[in-house]
Amino acid sequence: MARTQVNAPGTLGDDRAARARRIGRRRETRAALLFISPWILGFLIFTAWPIIYSAYLSLTDYDVINDPNFVGFENYEELFRDPKLATALWNTFFFTVIQVPVYVVVSLALALLLDRAGRASGFFRTAFFLPKMTPPVAVGILLLLLFNGQSGLINEGLSWFGIDGPDWTTDPNWVKPGLILMSLWSVGSSVIILLAALRNVPQELYDSAKVDGAGWWKTTMRITVPMISGALFFIVIVNTIAGFQTFTEAYTAFFGSGNTTYSNDAALFYVIYLFRQAFEFLNMGYASAMAWLLFVIIMIFTAIQIKVSRRFVYYEGEQR
Amino acid sequence: MTTQTRLDAATTEPERQVPPRPPRRLRVTVGKVLIWAGLILATLVFIYPFLWLLSASFKPRGDVFDNRLIPETFTFDNYLNVWQEAPMALWLWNTVLVTVLAAVTVTISSAMVAWGFAYFRFRARNFLFGVVLATMMLPGAVTMIPQFLIWNSLGMVDTLTPLWAQNLFGSAFYIFLLRQFFLGLPRELFDAARIDGANNWTIFTRIAMPLCKPALIITLLFEFQAIWTDLLRPLIYLRDSDNFTVPRGLKALLDQYGFGGEWHWEIVVTASVITTVPMIILFFLGQRHFVQGIATTGSKG
Repeated sequence: MARTQVNAPGTLGDDRAARARRIGRRRETRAALLFISPWILGFLIFTAWPIIYSAYLSLTDYDVINDPNFVGFENYEELFRDPKLATALWNTFFFTVIQVPVYVVVSLALALLLDRAGRASGFFRTAFFLPKMTPPVAVGILLLLLFNGQSGLINEGLSWFGIDGPDWTTDPNWVKPGLILMSLWSVGSSVIILLAALRNVPQELYDSAKVDGAGWWKTTMRITVPMISGALFFIVIVNTIAGFQTFTEAYTAFFGSGNTTYSNDAALFYVIYLFRQAFEFLNMGYASAMAWLLFVIIMIFTAIQIKVSRRFVYYEGEQR
Repeated sequence: MTTQTRLDAATTEPERQVPPRPPRRLRVTVGKVLIWAGLILATLVFIYPFLWLLSASFKPRGDVFDNRLIPETFTFDNYLNVWQEAPMALWLWNTVLVTVLAAVTVTISSAMVAWGFAYFRFRARNFLFGVVLATMMLPGAVTMIPQFLIWNSLGMVDTLTPLWAQNLFGSAFYIFLLRQFFLGLPRELFDAARIDGANNWTIFTRIAMPLCKPALIITLLFEFQAIWTDLLRPLIYLRDSDNFTVPRGLKALLDQYGFGGEWHWEIVVTASVITTVPMIILFFLGQRHFVQGIATTGSKG
């Protein structure tokens, strides 16, 4: 759309009009670049340069105090020999692969419930969303207190049903399940996204399903889920990426200042290990190599998810 | 159809009237009972930890784990103790300073950039906007270390500056969000203003910005929450406890009173309440905008 056509062509001589348009376009480009200049500057200083520098650092030994010492691909070779890295990778995969499906199913269930709440849905939406406002540090502390093996609320609740709860925060087998359960506390924003998607499903589809005599389960699986598959897919992608980068809750609860670990390495997630290598042990080069490995892993997982989703995700108005 | 004709139709053809529906509240079905039971149970699960935390902050040392919702012995001492044990007021002030600076700068700069991408047409626009979107995919871990080294070489480590100053340059997610909003505004409005002699800056500040207020509020609220609750960056950049933000301070208190062998959980619990309450207040103030923002933008987990 030509906005500068106020000087309609024809009122001026032909080359004069062309010249005016050229000047107008140049002026527009200059104005646009002025408006986006903050981002260009920030991108160059805080994104582009860090990417290049991080790639360089990953080929060096660097402890911040002495100059970087070029070592070639040694850091990357070390990645494959480091047993702690293998632990961190395993923990992170385990956490993400279990947490994401559980998280999606729970938020879908809550969104379906909320969709039926009628006028009270505002109240319940608020209640579900509140935990999202709790700072992750406080969530980590709540995890320690509520999931405490001796006297925590969770185990007290389980004991009413005659179940002897595990030591969630100290038993290596139960640390990750505890973290996963605690993470469900903040499904609120996913519930809101799914609820918005549910409200967009055309009512006619439900009406005709009713006419055809479809029950609740069938309607949900054949109409609701396919119709909101776009939102579901979004939540899967975002949570997978976030899962690989889990840090605050686990770090708060299981790691402390002064290079101390309060548990064994059951909660040593990838970014926690990266953070400790970089800022506690000052192995900036090794940590940079770790960052690039994480980048590659996230890219691979996202690409696989996008490829798989092509078969299942339905977007309204999409040509098939 | 006017009201008159509809009334006519109703009076002349009474037999076509639908039988009145039974009042809604009488139609209690098993499904409804299950739905409400589920909703109430879920609400309890989501709210209970808050109540537990709040109640624990009023319990004396040693009672924290008794899991009673109403403290057996009610005490206000924990709040006084926290204030004495830690520079809580200073931490709160640091946090307010950082979050306000971060939220305001990121909103203004992101709006400027978003406007640049939404309103003007120039050759590299689509390419540059593609780069904006691509930066959203980059894991923070890749840029974390070099960014620290930049601030370190500027001598800014252990100051509050690194926690907010990058926001001066806008943030990809908000640029994307605000651009969508700007694109929804009618272009004729700006053309009219231009004919009246308004320049680019006036059009942006006097017309576009006011019209996109809901999106600006969403940006402010989201960023305020993100910075207030952040632990990772304060862990990286802050050393001296006088410079801590509340989440960083809370972690320090946990290290000292939780694991440091002192086992003063009541201090940790009370500091958690102090860290959380401002966010809860913020949520109730901006509830509508939060919900709208999440529903329309699909804000990240």
